[in-house]
Formats: sequence, structure tokens, C-alpha cells
Amino acid sequence: MKSEKDVVGRSREDVVGCRLSVVRDQSASSTLGKRFLALAFLFIAAASLSAQDIVIRDATILTITHGKIEHGSILIHGGKIAAVGANDRVTAPANAKVIDAAGKFVMPGIVDTHSHTAVEGSVNEISLPNSGMVRIGDVLNNEDIDVYRQLAGGTTTALVLHGSANPIGGQSQIVKWKWGHPVSEWPIADAPRTIKFALGENPKSSNFRPPPGIPAQYPQTRMGVEEVIRQSFTDAKDYLSRWDDYDARKKRGENPIPPRRDLLMETMADILRGKIDVHSHCYRADEIMMLLNLSDEQGFKIRELQHVLEGYKVAKEIAAHGVGGGTFIDWWGFKAEAQDAIPYNVALMDRAGVLTSVNSDSAELARHLNQDAAKAMKYGGLSEEEALKLCTLNGAKQLRLDHRLGSIDTGKDADLVIWNGHPLSAYSRVETTFVDGEIVFDRQRDLAMRQQMATEKKDRLKKEADEEAKNKKSSRPGKTDDEPKPEVTNE
Amino acid sequence: MNSVAAPNVVAPQLVVAPAARRLYRRRLACGFAAFAIATSAFAQSVIPNNPGKKLTFAIRNATIVPVTSAPIPNGTIVFANGVITAVGTNAVIPAGATVIDGTGLFVYPGLIDSGSHVGLEEISAVPGTVDTAELGDINPNARAEVAVNPHSNIIPVTRVNGITSVVTEPEGGIISGSSAMIQLSGWTPKEMTLKAPLAMHIHFPRLRTAAFDEVPQDEEAAKEATKNYTKQIDKLRDTLRDAQSYARAAAARTNHPDVKHFDRDLILEALVPVVEGREPVVMHANLERDIRAAIKFADEFKLKVILADAEDVGKVIPELKSHNIPVILGPILSLPPREDDPYDLVYGNAKTLFDAGIPFAIQSQDSHNARNLPYQAAACAAFGLPKDAALRAVTIAPAQIFGMADRIGSLETGKLANIIVTDGDPLEIVTHVKRLFIGGEDISLETNQTLLWEKFKARP
Repeated sequence: MKSEKDVVGRSREDVVGCRLSVVRDQSASSTLGKRFLALAFLFIAAASLSAQDIVIRDATILTITHGKIEHGSILIHGGKIAAVGANDRVTAPANAKVIDAAGKFVMPGIVDTHSHTAVEGSVNEISLPNSGMVRIGDVLNNEDIDVYRQLAGGTTTALVLHGSANPIGGQSQIVKWKWGHPVSEWPIADAPRTIKFALGENPKSSNFRPPPGIPAQYPQTRMGVEEVIRQSFTDAKDYLSRWDDYDARKKRGENPIPPRRDLLMETMADILRGKIDVHSHCYRADEIMMLLNLSDEQGFKIRELQHVLEGYKVAKEIAAHGVGGGTFIDWWGFKAEAQDAIPYNVALMDRAGVLTSVNSDSAELARHLNQDAAKAMKYGGLSEEEALKLCTLNGAKQLRLDHRLGSIDTGKDADLVIWNGHPLSAYSRVETTFVDGEIVFDRQRDLAMRQQMATEKKDRLKKEADEEAKNKKSSRPGKTDDEPKPEVTNE
Repeated sequence: MNSVAAPNVVAPQLVVAPAARRLYRRRLACGFAAFAIATSAFAQSVIPNNPGKKLTFAIRNATIVPVTSAPIPNGTIVFANGVITAVGTNAVIPAGATVIDGTGLFVYPGLIDSGSHVGLEEISAVPGTVDTAELGDINPNARAEVAVNPHSNIIPVTRVNGITSVVTEPEGGIISGSSAMIQLSGWTPKEMTLKAPLAMHIHFPRLRTAAFDEVPQDEEAAKEATKNYTKQIDKLRDTLRDAQSYARAAAARTNHPDVKHFDRDLILEALVPVVEGREPVVMHANLERDIRAAIKFADEFKLKVILADAEDVGKVIPELKSHNIPVILGPILSLPPREDDPYDLVYGNAKTLFDAGIPFAIQSQDSHNARNLPYQAAACAAFGLPKDAALRAVTIAPAQIFGMADRIGSLETGKLANIIVTDGDPLEIVTHVKRLFIGGEDISLETNQTLLWEKFKARP
């Protein structure tokens, strides 16, 4: 699993096809890892059974939508925020668990609109220029430890995307990191369906060669990328007209043969119907304009431009199309199309009216998206609240989930993060993370669990040594180690 | 923004000498040669270079944080001819000095990155612009300072975040070559180079394959991995033994001028100061098994070792102490190497070393985002390292580890005037660098990125 991540490029997705070059250490004592997971599961299960009301007391609350509340409290009831306000305005039920957060900061759970975490195996169905029929939601792995690590950095919601190996990739999945829950509970019920498009060097296979025996893939130019997308929508329209024709004939009482159902064309048709949101990987300003023009021509809507490193060059065109932009704040220069990436991109897009977020595309970066938000204050002068929106409310809006995510407001999901200091400080760390009102990460709990694991490991090693000694004793004298040992039975 | 950027002015403690390390690069390894041609045009910075004037400057009314002594409120710092001449409350401002009012501002020594590839690469995915790894396993004669591009776009971007010197180093193979400590300003590589060769970089062979660690039952693959590993260690050992012999032969020749002919071998010659213990070895090793093997190996040749990368450093504390080995940690913002590691394993290593009294420094092990070095240090402080120790790990600590504490790493009389003026704690993201001096020269805060910003801010 590890080998799929941290590939040499900036992200897993950026090196589509480069699976051969694995960089990070691959060692893993999986047994212990699994045991840790099992422990975590037990802890979560115990926590969720109680479903107790929780009050976070006396914190500095960064609400995102209505400013900062000093000495504030939040009441969590039934997985939702039941009340938020100054300490004296929030009354706790008698049986509520009270968390003293004096001196601490609370912000909404971080929304990461570009993740590949928890995908089992490759993120790219690389064999076709359009693989829109495949679904990331089918291959999520709820044992991926990076999920837990991201909760420890305050990230609670993610858009888990297909890779960028083809102009039209697979369907993506919006999830909450409900660590300890079956993966079937991760997708957010009323979240829109999404699909990944990709422009530029990745879909035109610039930075990798196909494995031996695999021929080069069309397209190889930005021209070809445009054509693949145009052709796909053209085909979808033909497909739809065949069905319209069939429906019409049926209505007239005829007995027509139905067209062949095509899952890819169904996907394309659903994009045209506005039932699937398009999130498109892109870097350069020219390719961004290409896609905006193509969406006008073909009549589909782009929800979010992903990476959009040169978005600042065409920010007003992006804004005029009502398209969002989710970006790395300061990654640049890792390939030719990232050469003009500037950290001021966020501020320039934001000021031009583009709904802008910072997102990760990396299991590591997803552990500190708060810091990327802070960089938007440094580079371009966003205010504290504008910066915090980049990793919370704006992402929630791009995912069309701001009715339940992205701010601390009564009625919204209780996805909350308690920090030991201001989350825009590089010196701060997460103390506790809630998803749907449930504690899914707690630093003190984590530290205690480490102790427990160390003790258990010691005990097991001792037991193993003892058993070995016992077995040695029970073997008949005169035998050497080379001879087969008697089997140990339970008699 | 007081809530975020409260500057960290803490009285420095007595020496916790620094150390070093590095992690694996995350660059695109799979290249596509065709791009090499297209890119050279935009790989060059057009930002004004250093002015070449080492005027006399005085910054007064600022909070001066010398790092090696207590912060000075309302202090004055004077520098002339590229060197700091006075620091203190009562420092006399010489006639003719350019005086900068530092009211409300802070003065720190320029930060030092203990391991990077700045100057050696421009666009990671374009091989024509990358000069970090030579072919083959044994390249001690490769020297980083030779390939530093003084006009790389990355240099201005890095320095405007307060980083004035970096260790730039080769990678790849086993003996990757020697690093250099460079200033992030200068018209030629020579002008930029503060010290070279700085250290020999050995990427210690790693016994690690999926077959060995993840699917241990695959005995054949494990055997194969062990065989390759042993072969690599043998190769390294043979090379160093050859270097020892070469050193003896070279010495013998000096004592016997009648020996007319002596075939020089530049590969072995580069290793002579290493096997003689005059040049340190930055030993890159990450997991416990590799670190132990590397230390044992270094003992065999009595190498002067600086351990780098070392995510498992917490497991070898007694060995590091008994061998007096400093450590270079980083990148700190990294995932732990194993599934069952604590989530904060890498964040917490600096505190572990600090508590054990082992010198350490912090590296970015990056090029484009070496500029984020200060936040790597801050991450250590978020997980238990005292803030002043985090600052030391990117200032005086690397200077000490690399034997350059007489020239860089703090604000002291006689040291190079590598100085940053900030509006807050330089390890905080929201802090801005307001003025920048390298070798006493007033350096522009422009970068290609700020120029693009200005250009598109003005778009109608």
C-alpha cells in the first residue's frame, strides 16, 4: 500500500504511471499496525455507543461565518452542533460530557477537496482516454492509516479523486474520514456525484513512459486532450438522442428495440444533466481557457478547477464562469507546467471573485492544510478569516456541502477540531478531532494507546520466548536442532 | 495577527550543538527528454543580483535576536565591509552609515538549510535542468559547487523567506559526492561558495525490499535483496580501503621524491580527507537497521560522521551519544515510514535529540520549497522542542556542525553580515521578511514570483 504513495513526484497523482519508481521506505510491521487498528476500532466503537452530548467549554471559537468567539462554548447533540456562543449563552444538559478547552482554539473540520488517501491500489484507470465509468467509491480502504494521521491534522472531509492519467478519469467520492467505521458509512449521503477531468502534461503522458509492452496512449498533446473531451460529449449527445428516439417511439405505441446501455455514456449524459460535478486537474492558463470554452460549447458545468496553478492569469474568466479553484499554495517548479506557479495565486483568484480553496493531493500535506491557509496571509494579504475559509467553508461550497460543513453554526455537522494554539500558527497542533460529534482523534488517547501497544508487544515477545524455551525442553534429549522437532499439541 | 504571529523572543540556552539529516526526495524521477530543449529559456532569473557594495549599515531601535546570546530590545546592529562590527544597546553608529529604523521590527541571523538541492535543479521533471545525481554508485569526486546555477529562479525565492545559506548536496548512488555551503547571493558559483568541499555524502545502502519487509515468506526475494545489499556494502568498503591505501601511497611519495611516477586517481583522491578524518561524512540513513549498520561501518574506518535523515533516530540515542554523532533532521513535515509508527514520529525527533543533549540541525531536503525550512523547525516546536532550540536548529546549530560557527549562524561581531529584518518570529508562516542582507549587501526582495504577482495584479 505504501508503495503506491509518496511516489517521486509531488503527489501520487502527478506521477501517473510512474508506479515503478517508489521512493519511500516500504518496510512495515503490518501485524502491529493491524493491532493498532483493532485497538482504534474498539475505542471508536465504545465511543459511538455512548452518543453522549458533549460541551466544549471556554475555547476561542473560530466560527468562519460569524467571527471569533472568545471564551465560547459549543454543544454537540446527535452528531450536530446544537448551540454555539459565549460560555454563558450555551447551557449544557446535566449528563453532557464537558471538555475544558480553556486557552485552546476550535475550528471546523478541514475540508480537503483533493485527496487520494484510502484508495486501494492505483488511482488511475490508465488504459483509456476516457474511463468515466469507473468509480473510486468502489475501492476505498478504511484501514489506511493515513486517514487517522490526517484526522490528527484536523482534516475531516475529503473529495477522493481518480488520478489525472486521462482527459476524463473515473468518478470520485466525497467522504468523511469516519475512522473506525465501515467504509460504507464514509460517503456523505447528500453529497453530489463527482468526476475527475485532467488537462496538460499528465493526460498527455509527458513525464512518464508506458511500461514495456504497452503502446503510447492518445492523446499526446493539449490539442488531443481537448478532442477527447469534445468527442466524449458528442458521443453522449448521440447516445441520448438514441434513447430519446426510443422513448418517443415507445410512447407512440411502437415496439422499438432499446439502445444498448453504455455505462460510460450514462456517465457523460449525467454530466450534461448536471447530476455529476466536474473537478478538473489543470495547470496552465491556456488549458484552463480551453476547458471553459469547451464547457460553453458543449453545455456542461465545471464545478472546480483543481491545482489551477496559473488560475491567477485568467482569474476573471474563471470567476465569470462561476467556477471554483482548489490549489496548492506554494508548490511549483516540479514540472514545466508548474514553472509559473506563484503563492499569490490564491489571493489573486480570491480577489477576482473565484471561490478558492487550498487542498492537498498528498497524504502528507493533508495533515497541515491550516498552514497552507496561513500562507495566503503571507502571500497576498488575506485576512485571518479569509485564510481559514480556504481550508473549510470554501471547500465545502465547492463540494456543495456548505449547508452542513465548513463553519461552526447551529445545525451543521459537529466536525470540529480543537487546537492547542491558533491554527494559523506554525507552532500549533491538534488536540482533538470530532466527526459527526464523535471523537475520532485525541492526542492524549493516542499517547496512552502507544503505551498500551508497547506493553503488549513486550508481553507477546516474552510469551513467544517462553514458549520457545518450553518447546526446547520438551524435545527429546540427544536430538539436534537439525532434526525435526516434535509437534506441540494441546493435549 | 498578534494571535498568530507573536514573535518568539526567548533567551537562548547554552549550547545544544546542532546536527543534521535528510529524507528521500520527492521529485519526478521519470523524465521526458524532449522538454530539456524547451525549458532553458525560462530557467534563468532576471531578478537584480547583489549590488556588489558592502556599505556600512546600522539598524537601530529593533529587537535584536543574536541567537547565541539573549535578545536585545531596542538594540542596534552595525555592519561594514560585509562583516558585523557591533551589536548591542550602546553600539556606536559610525559616520556615513546608512541607518535603518527598526522600530517594531526584529533582527535575526539569516537562516541556514542543512541539506538541500538549491542551485542544482530547476524543473524537477525536466532532466536537462537537474544536476543532482551522477551515474553509478561511487562518485566522491562530484562536487556540488561546480554545478550551482547562480541565476536559478529558486535562489531569490528561497532567500526572501529569510534563508541566506544552504548546504547544497548531490544525491544518488552510494557515495554521491561532496556538498557545499553556499550563500544565496552572488554572480558566480565561486562568489557564492562559503565552504567546499563541506562534507562527503554517503547514502548508506539500504536492506529493504517489499519481499524482505512486507512479504517475509518470499525467501528467494529476501535472499536476493541480502545479496545485493552485501554487494553494495562490499563495494563501499573496498572503495574506502582503496582510498586508505592511496593515501598511504601519496604520503610515501611525498617522503620519497625519487619516485618519479605516480598515477593520480581523482576518485580516490577525493576520499583521502574523508578516510583521514579531516572531512566529515554526512551519512544518510533512515531506519534503525540502516543507521546501526552505518555507524558500525563508520567505526571501521574511523570516519567523522554526521547522521542525516534518520527518522528512527529515537532508537539509536545511546549509540549517537557514545559516538558523539550530530544529526541533521528533515524534512520534518513527512509521513512516518511505517504503518504502525506514531503519527508524530518525525515531528517528535527533534525533541528526543534535544532531551538527550545530542546536537542537531534541520534540513529541507528540497529545492523549490527549501523556503519552507522555518516551518519545518516550527513543527518540531509544536511537538515539544523549545522554540529557541528550533531557531537554533536553523541558525547556529548547522554552523557548528559544519565547522563554520566562526562565520555564520548568529549575530556576533566578526561574523558575516547575513541578516534578516522581520516583522515577527521568522519561524511563523505569517511573518514577513522586510530587509535582507547577505554578506553585508542589501538584497532585493523581488522574485520571479513577485514580478508575476505584480503583473497580474495590474491586469485590467
